[in-house]
Amino acid sequence: MQVGRRGFIKLTSAGLATSAIGVLGFGSSGSALAAAIRPFKLTAAAETRNTCTYCSVSCGILIYSMGDRAKNARSNIIHIEGDPDHPVNRGTLCPKGSALLDVVHAPTRLKSPRYRAPGSGAFKEVSWDFALDRIARLMKEDRDRNFITRNAAGTQVNRWTSTGMLAASASSTETSYLTWKVARSLGMVVFDNQARV
Amino acid sequence: MTNTWQDIKNANVIVVMGGNAAEAHPCGFKWVVEAKIENGAKLLVIDPRYTRTASVADVYAPIRPGTDIAFLNGLIRYLLEKDAIQHDYVRAYTNASLLVKEGFGFEDGLFSGYREEINGYDRSDWDYELDEQGFAKADDTWQHPRCVMRLLRNHVDRYTPETVSRICGTPQDKYLQICELFAGTAAPDKALTSLFALGWTQHSVGSQNIRAMAMVQLLLGNIGVAGGGMNALRGHSNIQGLTDVGLLSELMPGYLRLPTDAEPTFEDYMKTRQFKPLRPGQTSYWQNYRKFFVSFQKAIYGDAARADNDWSYDWLPKLDVPLYDIIRAFEMMANGQMNGYICQGFNPMQAFPDRGKTRRALGKLKFLVTMDPLDTETSRFWENFGPQNPSDPAAIQTEVFQLPTSCFAEENGSLVNSSRWLQWHWKAADPPGQARSDIWIMTGLCHRLREMYRKEGGAFPDPILNLTWNYTDPANPDPEELAKEMNGRALADLKDSNGAVTAHAGQLLEGFAQLRDDGTTASGCWIFSGCFTEKGNQMARRDATDPREQGLAPNWAWAWPANRRILYNRASADAAGKAWNPEKPIIQWNGSRWVGIDVPDYGPTTKPSDAVGPFIMNAEGVGRLFARDQMADGPFPEHYEPFESPSENVLHPKVRSNPAARVFADDRAAFGTAKEFPYVATTYRLTEHFHFWTKHALINAILQPEEFVEIGEVLARQKGIEQGGWVRVASKRGAIVCKAYVTKRIRPLEVNGKPTHVIGVPLHWGFTGQARKGYGANTLTPSVGDANSQTPEFKAFLVNVEKAHAPKE
Repeated sequence: MQVGRRGFIKLTSAGLATSAIGVLGFGSSGSALAAAIRPFKLTAAAETRNTCTYCSVSCGILIYSMGDRAKNARSNIIHIEGDPDHPVNRGTLCPKGSALLDVVHAPTRLKSPRYRAPGSGAFKEVSWDFALDRIARLMKEDRDRNFITRNAAGTQVNRWTSTGMLAASASSTETSYLTWKVARSLGMVVFDNQARV
Repeated sequence: MTNTWQDIKNANVIVVMGGNAAEAHPCGFKWVVEAKIENGAKLLVIDPRYTRTASVADVYAPIRPGTDIAFLNGLIRYLLEKDAIQHDYVRAYTNASLLVKEGFGFEDGLFSGYREEINGYDRSDWDYELDEQGFAKADDTWQHPRCVMRLLRNHVDRYTPETVSRICGTPQDKYLQICELFAGTAAPDKALTSLFALGWTQHSVGSQNIRAMAMVQLLLGNIGVAGGGMNALRGHSNIQGLTDVGLLSELMPGYLRLPTDAEPTFEDYMKTRQFKPLRPGQTSYWQNYRKFFVSFQKAIYGDAARADNDWSYDWLPKLDVPLYDIIRAFEMMANGQMNGYICQGFNPMQAFPDRGKTRRALGKLKFLVTMDPLDTETSRFWENFGPQNPSDPAAIQTEVFQLPTSCFAEENGSLVNSSRWLQWHWKAADPPGQARSDIWIMTGLCHRLREMYRKEGGAFPDPILNLTWNYTDPANPDPEELAKEMNGRALADLKDSNGAVTAHAGQLLEGFAQLRDDGTTASGCWIFSGCFTEKGNQMARRDATDPREQGLAPNWAWAWPANRRILYNRASADAAGKAWNPEKPIIQWNGSRWVGIDVPDYGPTTKPSDAVGPFIMNAEGVGRLFARDQMADGPFPEHYEPFESPSENVLHPKVRSNPAARVFADDRAAFGTAKEFPYVATTYRLTEHFHFWTKHALINAILQPEEFVEIGEVLARQKGIEQGGWVRVASKRGAIVCKAYVTKRIRPLEVNGKPTHVIGVPLHWGFTGQARKGYGANTLTPSVGDANSQTPEFKAFLVNVEKAHAPKE
């Protein structure tokens, strides 16, 4: 029997609903109802293929969001589950991956650039222009003051050791490539990512 | 990983040592269970703690943290003594028969060439003896006293089962049972796979832990075959990708290396990268280094990189020390030698060793920038959070910028999984509020700096002003365009030897074989060449078909290099080209070419009779039982005690810990002794949490809400510690106060005649997020790294533990 992915979801969700509601004593009519309702919720959502952000098993996931991706519609992620087509995880997720929705919508997700002045006891919200202008200025000041063009032997070394960077090992490969270009063109050598730890 | 996750199902024996896959990589671990059920595989687990991986093991053996090399060297001794090695494989595919220089030796814990003043070795004698043509001499009979096999035998001879047990605390019967199961896989058609993770890397001998097992695997003929390999289970979704793209102090994309001060000119740089074959007829693929390097410079500097300026060689920074790793960075910071630091999706306050030092160092910065989806401890290091983060903000002059970024669900791009697959993912929604992608932020900083250098001038602006930026939207480059730049394209019409055009100017390349060193090709990361071709985005492929169901799925996503799924797969066949295991062949010689289910890691038409070795990246073409001068701390692994250890080094008391490790004076002063801190501690992760991220997710914060340590029943009884009671765990560097979980899972070990207790310290808590406030395991850990990689020794250190009260707010 060929089972399409949607069909697979229907079957598995029916199975889950049967066991859950069965325990509560609803019997077969309850499970039929649940089987009918759950797929509706997801068929109304947009489905996006993605990869779990945690470990390097890199399980395939399906993200479901409301909103039809029209220009003025804002998508809202409502559900994340394992991708049954994925050859490694085959639809399963671990205790971390199963709770991905909670990290996407964590109350501690940052929403605005914030700045803490020297000696201050609190952050204040600032604009992107303020933050990026100020950071770029601080970087240039430090680079111009401390850039090492030649070493004691007179060899051209062109390195900058007084400002460093840690790169994000959950960011995309494309992000990391662009980050490399920017950091190294400045001559940065104090440069690592989580692979060092 | 040399192999794939699904390929684990082909193993006959699975060894989990230096990791805990059932809890840390649960969805990958299903393939271990598959191997047990479908292939009758045996699972061996060697771990200080009876983990969930151990709970389904056929044999579990406890081991004292930081003694894995003693265990593995003993295993090598056992295999050689019982002659349980795959002879034909070892003869043809390893350097067992090559002769080593006369000056090489090992005595009383030190290899030849040790220089105390630099805490390191002059490695010039750690190499082969060469003949007149520059090829390594060999003795195929293994009789010569300086052939690698004889040297190895001598080296491991000290590691008798008694000695192993004395050092590791592993009961001898368990140890021998495990040795015997290893030995069974020396049969040509049997395979053993090694699964490991931070349990091996986070030691002052981390790299040698892994080498020791790689040597075992070569002796057993288990590299390159189905169900075999060395499988590093990597930790973050794209930690492999960031390693591949070279976001590490000394690296460039595709494992090219930054120049050093000793290489003033491009030709000096290339001189050490000739990779001349060390045996007749070998491939030595790194001979193409110049092509990869020139193509890279063309990718990032475009027309400004020309033959007459050595492809802008001088625009790359040169290194004056081997590494500006994180331990050195925080040493420099603590000494006031750094002014700025940017943390992109990285939380050093919880992730770096010696948290007190980390906090002090951050407070000496002029500015700190964090880019993160979440409110990290690092971004708030200056704020007073009570005992878990005591601070006086008025005294800290650091300017702090907390920049909100998008997360995985809100961007397109590729992530490289542990088995080197580049998998494309798609954006499902916009990030919240004003959060922006890291690409947009880095671009914003880059444009501002360029503009300032253009207008104002300043220190060496050339590389900044000439950096290529040919993106449709220069303010927010499209990930697909960046992927194409890494893949590479032809800059002029490329012609083959007959003059036929193989790629027109501007076309995307098919693979790295097309790269040139004359400036007519550009590729930002040569090992990714082939990921985004004229046929489209190969990383987005979703055909899960799996020939013979052998666990390769070659048309799902794209694997580097060249979509190869199993590295060194030439070694899956014997010298004549026939599969060692006829049930599970990968590639075989059909009389005119190599055919099979994977892309050959070999010349596709190279005849078996040419005797080209299967390890084509190595100049000698074979796997290295003797590492030549490639390791800082010796060509063979040797047991050294962790820098904080309860035991003397029973093999050589005068050389206790890794003599080639770099230790800064203040860090050395912060090492404790067993007299004050009598218990061994080790850090680890729980299945419910991922580092310091999931404490921000409600479900995970509920599942494991608060900081705790695991203490064995015997020690708990001795110290009057109750289940769930408060304890204070202290090292020389700091103390945490948390709950005790009294467990049967950790039992005292008999080490060198003394009972030794191990305390487990899970590391997931901090002072932001939804879980309860905690200190973080790194409050306790020492600031010393592996002699090669400088990865911190988080897995073995000393603490004391006392009954305590809840911390006062």
